[in-house]
This record gives sequence, structure tokens and C-alpha cells, in this order.
Amino acid sequence: MARKAAIIATGQTFHKSKRRDVNIVELIHEAVKACLEDAQMGPKDIDAVLIGNMEHFEGVYNPDLWAVDATGALFKHALKVTTGGTTGASVAHAGYYHVASGLFDCVLCIGWEKQSDGDTTAGLIFQSDPLFERSNMAGAIGTFALAASEYMNKFGISEEQAAKVAVKNRGNAMNNPHAHLRRPVTVQDVLTSPPLAHPIKLLDMCPTSDGACAIIVASEEIAKKKSPNKPAWFKALATRHDQPFNSDLPLLINMRTLQSAAKEAYKQAGITNPRKQFDVAEFYEPCTFAELSWYEALGFCELGGGGKLIDSGVTEMTGELPVNPSGGVISTNCIGATAMIRVAEAALQVMGKAGARQVGGVKTALATGFGGSFWTEVTILEGN
Amino acid sequence: MSNRVAIVGTFSSRYEREKRGQHITELVYETVSGLMKKLGMEMSQVDNIVSCSQDFLDGRTISNRTIPEAEGAFLKSEAKLAGDGSQAVFYGMIRILSGKYQNCLVLAHAKMSEGSQNVIANAMFDPIFQRALGLDEIIAAALQARAYMTRYHVSPEQTAAAAAKALTSAAKNKNVFRGKKITAKQVLASKMLASPIHELEAFVPADGACALMLASEEQALKWTKNPVWIAGAGAAIEQYYLGDRELSSARVLKEAAKRAYQMAGIKHPEKEIDLVELSNYFSFQELMYPEALGLCAPGKGAALLASGKTMADGKIPVNPSGGVLGGNPLCVSGLARVIEAANQIRGEAGSIQVKKPVKTALAQGSYGPAGQSQCLLVLAADQKIGLTKKSPARKKGKK
Repeated sequence: MARKAAIIATGQTFHKSKRRDVNIVELIHEAVKACLEDAQMGPKDIDAVLIGNMEHFEGVYNPDLWAVDATGALFKHALKVTTGGTTGASVAHAGYYHVASGLFDCVLCIGWEKQSDGDTTAGLIFQSDPLFERSNMAGAIGTFALAASEYMNKFGISEEQAAKVAVKNRGNAMNNPHAHLRRPVTVQDVLTSPPLAHPIKLLDMCPTSDGACAIIVASEEIAKKKSPNKPAWFKALATRHDQPFNSDLPLLINMRTLQSAAKEAYKQAGITNPRKQFDVAEFYEPCTFAELSWYEALGFCELGGGGKLIDSGVTEMTGELPVNPSGGVISTNCIGATAMIRVAEAALQVMGKAGARQVGGVKTALATGFGGSFWTEVTILEGN
Repeated sequence: MSNRVAIVGTFSSRYEREKRGQHITELVYETVSGLMKKLGMEMSQVDNIVSCSQDFLDGRTISNRTIPEAEGAFLKSEAKLAGDGSQAVFYGMIRILSGKYQNCLVLAHAKMSEGSQNVIANAMFDPIFQRALGLDEIIAAALQARAYMTRYHVSPEQTAAAAAKALTSAAKNKNVFRGKKITAKQVLASKMLASPIHELEAFVPADGACALMLASEEQALKWTKNPVWIAGAGAAIEQYYLGDRELSSARVLKEAAKRAYQMAGIKHPEKEIDLVELSNYFSFQELMYPEALGLCAPGKGAALLASGKTMADGKIPVNPSGGVLGGNPLCVSGLARVIEAANQIRGEAGSIQVKKPVKTALAQGSYGPAGQSQCLLVLAADQKIGLTKKSPARKKGKK
């Protein structure tokens, strides 16, 4: 039954650290409404609603049930898929599977998080094993501090090179009205920002944001006949999970899940030279060092070459392969939505609807998701 | 590329009130390796995994991060469905139909003994208007039971009879822990939890896991001689606020059933279905859900039960396993229903195998307060039944 499927519309909220003007359901509705407007559709045009977030961040159990009125899921096929940071991509991929199966034509996918309702680090720590890991290697900052130290030591990556990622992405965020942090920073700003856990400093790390993102995945028939937007076709997708203990993982030295997922996705999409064949990429980079490491895992450069690649300017807006024109996760991070924003931003680039952050002539775009114990989801989208 | 998906093997852990001796990972390992051994399958032959669990039940953010090694997800595609296990089967089927995978390991796990169920369930209710009222699953169900019983003049004796049937059936099921030979009178003598629901009429927290393997039609016969085909599937969700709902009937299950029946080509469920496994978290649901499934007229669930037709030796056995009341954890219970129904079709239900031949069976799962989200699967021994390419999930009137 495998059919083609495309993203035909996207919607995002305006992200902030505290969206006190809306509750969870209203926040979700904001993205859903924007997405339906983008598709020129109403709830009646939707066959299925797929949604995800991380429940411990808000302390609401099964919030998908509460969100029914906001998503338009009433009496529809509705599922909740949650996989940690990768949630947004897992939901988008579920949208693809639903349409490709031939059972559904038009699927609304939603990722969201309202972190100001809870405490994200407290929630994050609860993912770690209570006996062996929770007290010593839990939460994002400590884990990335260790990962970055290892990475710097192994490949001679400098803090300045990592800082350049923040400078690039925060600069790009100036072009994105939906970005949460919209203030450019310099290398000096990053290096002198408050240390969190060496070598991670405040401006190396992603923020916590409130926000939601929605996309519509549709069948070929709808994408070609009814969509007001140029469709962004799913060309390839791949998911990889890894072992649960961070101490068992190669972390940033060699992110094996991303390497393995890229291998599968590249094969599917016929990508042999990613730097030439991709026109734009949206990464889920939770910290600056991660973006450098993932250039390597994705084959944009050789292992250990991430620092040199950022130095060369290849991934700047003006470079050969712009990475994170949206400003990336360093600029906006509403966890359950974050991986979907990557897919949505890649779709916007393919659709030619990315506004001031549009890269010229995008045909093929890459999006990555990150979560769990260095899990990954890779999505490749393509224009007509 | 497959047009059909089959269940080729099943495995259930023993369900217990508390599995103190097992970590979640050990429980999942026992279940998944048990299934693999039964199938003669290597983990490297598994294409992808859909697991079902709940962060709140496990007390773990990203509850599937606890189990990648135990479920064999290392460098593999895994997705966690945070709902009911029956939905995980539906999603696993969708993933195979997409053409990307030839098989899918579906599993569900929970150790409810590690948390406090009513505190967790209370977190399901909106924090501003409802949570402070102390609502939980039992109270929501009590409101629904009251609405249903008032509308259709169902007596406490009749719902108690459903509980007595379930618990007595469960006594024959070696996998559950709550079964005992009991009468409706004894059920009514148990503690009142939330009127009209007595203690023996409500599910209890449990620990356990189960798993099944789905395979495409190309691959199914490689793993088993008697695959069970998913002929139809339907899911639906209804309003969140109990006050917004028409609580006295399970309209949402009716919607899910409509889709599943359409896909399976079932027109007269009362004649075409041989056996039903439904999620009776509460006794009255064993009366109310058969109505929504079209097995009897609205309000006639109690009469159907009294007629004996739904007994294990009846015309349409309902829950010969005892169902959820026998003792299954939340979110695992829907997958347990699918497994029980599939085992009956395969003739592998052991001590609870019904005498009549079972060719077509229903498995229903639900989650949320008063069954807000519902999923129904139609299982068939015959490969040719159902799963018409025209999707029932598509909008009405569309060709």
C-alpha cells in the first residue's frame, strides 16, 4: 500500500520562556489554527490527529485527552506518541506512516511543550535510572558537559569553535519571527556567559521555551490537488534508539545512532554527497558542541572535522550548506515541539515559505531529531 | 509491500498485584525473550518496535528509555505509544502497511505497584477546574455508571452479575491474580468505592507485560502456521470534560467500531463475531460496551449477559479470560485483550479456550476517564476477510 506522503502545511506558535497568556490547550490550539489556516482547511478535512509532548514537564497525565477541543480530534482517530526530545519527529514520522499505509489521507501532527508550567530539569532527571544514574549523570547540562569535554579532548575542538555555532544560530534567529531568543551574540559573549558545567556556558545551551508546532501530512492526491502550498515530500526517514545508560554511550565522540540513521536515510534518498545534495539542514542541537559533532556523524565532514567546518563558514546562511536558518534549538526549545519544528522548518524551506530565513533554491532538506539516551530521527524532505 | 498484517505470535507475563522481585527491564526482558523463543526469532530479524507505556505509571520521564536493551531496540526504530496497548497494535499495523517494515514487535508494560494510582489518575484532570475535586478514574466511571444505569434502568444486581461473571471466569485464567468463584450478592457486599461501583466491580492496580509480533502477509507464514489477521481496526476519542459528554452510552466506541467493521466488511456483528475480549475496567462496561459494539440493542447489555450468550460456552463468549477485572495493568490491558482474542482464534488459550470454533473475534481497548479514547480491532483466522483498501478512517462521503 505504500503511498507517497507530503507535508502540505505548518503552523507554529510564538515562543517565549513563559507564555502566561495561554494555558496548555490554548497554546496547542494556536499552532493547530495556524496550521489549518496555512492549509486552507478546517477540522473536517482532517482524518487523524497525532500528538506528543513529555508529560512530566507539565505534570499533566495524558494531556492529549484534555487537548481534544483544541486539536479538533473529536470522534477522530487520535494517538499520542512520546519518545523524549525526539517526540516531535516521532509524531511527524507517525504522520508519514499513517498516510503511506493507505488508511489515512490527511493527518494533523502536533508537538508541544509548556515548560513554564513545571520544572524541566526535574522532569528530565526522572528519565535516569534511580539507582545507578539519577544522582550522578542525569539532566541535560551535566551530560553535555561530560560529552563536550570528551569531544574537545579527543578531537582538539575549542570552546571558541563551539561558540561560533551559537553566534551563527542566534544570528539566524533574527530572521525568524517565531524564534524565542532573538538577540545576536558574539563569540566573546558566549565565552564570558555564566558557566553551567564546564565547558558548557549559558549561551552554549538551549533555552526552555513554551510553544507548539503542527504540520499536516497528506496523500499525493491532496498534496497535488488541494494544497495551496508546494508540497514537501517525505523522501526518507529513519529512527535509531540506543542503550539507556549515558555512561555506555559514545556520546558526542561518534553519535552512532545518527550515523546509522543517516546511512539508512541516505540510502533511501540516494544521497551520496550530503554537502552537495542537501540545500539546507535543520538540526536538533541541544548545545553548541552537539552541532559540531553532528556535522561529522551526518557526513558533512570527516570525524573530528566539525570545528574546522564551522570555521570555514560552510554552514552559515551564505555558505554551501546552511544549517539551522531558523536559529535552531539554541534559539528555541519547546521540547515536545522542538523536533517537529526542525521538520516544519525544513518543509518551509522546501515550500519556499521561510520568509527572511529562506535559503535560495531549496530542493532537498534534512531535519534531525534528538532525545532519550542519544536517540535520533532523521527526515529528508524534497520538493517537486 | 503488504496489504494485510497478521499476528504471528503472542506472549504474556504473569500478571500480579506486585512484582516486587522484578525491575521493569527484567519484566520486559522476560516478556520479549519469551516471545522470541516461542517464535524461534532472533532480535536481528525484528524490523521495528512499538512499545506502549505511560511515564506517569512508571514514574519515569521517557518511560521507553528504561527498556531499550530489554526490548532489543539498540540501533533500531522504536516508537512509544503512550495510550493503550490496543492502539500500539493499530500503530504497528500502520507501520507495516506503510511498506517500510515487514514485521513489528508490539509490547506493553506497567508496574503500577510502584505508584499511587488515584494520585496519578487525578493528574489526568485539568489542573484548574477539576483536579481539586479529587476526581480519578473510579469517580469518573461512577458518574458514567450512574448515568447509564439511570437511563436504562440497570440495577446494581445486574452490574454485580457482570463482575461475578468476570471474576469467576478469571479464576480459570492462570495468568491473572484476582479470579475467584463468586456471586453477584458477594460482589454487592464488597466495599463501596464510589457509588454505584463496589470494590469487586473496579479494576485494581497490577504489574505485568505482554507482547506480540505483527508480520506482513509476505512474512507471516515464515513465523507461524496459523497467523491471525487484523481484518479491521478503528480508533476514536471523545470530549474531555465529563459534563460535555453524553455519558450514558459509549458513543466513542460506536464510532471506533463503525470504522473497524467497515474495514473488516462486518455488517451484522451479532452474527459474524464469534468472541469478544473487551476492556472491562468496571463491571458496568461489560454491559454497556456490547451495546456500542452492536452485539445487542442500547440498554440491553444486562439482558444479553443474563441470557448466558456471553458466557464461555455461549453463542458470543465475552471475556472468557475475565478481562481487566481479572487483574491487568492499565495500558497493558488493551494489548492483553488482543492477545487473548488471538489465542482463542489459534486455539492456544489453554485453560480458558472456549469450546466453539473461533474464527472472528473483537478486541477492544480504551484509556482516559470514562473510556474517553477507544480502539477496536477485528481479528480473523481467514486471510481474505476485511482490510479493504478503502479506509474507514477517511471522511464520510469520500470515495
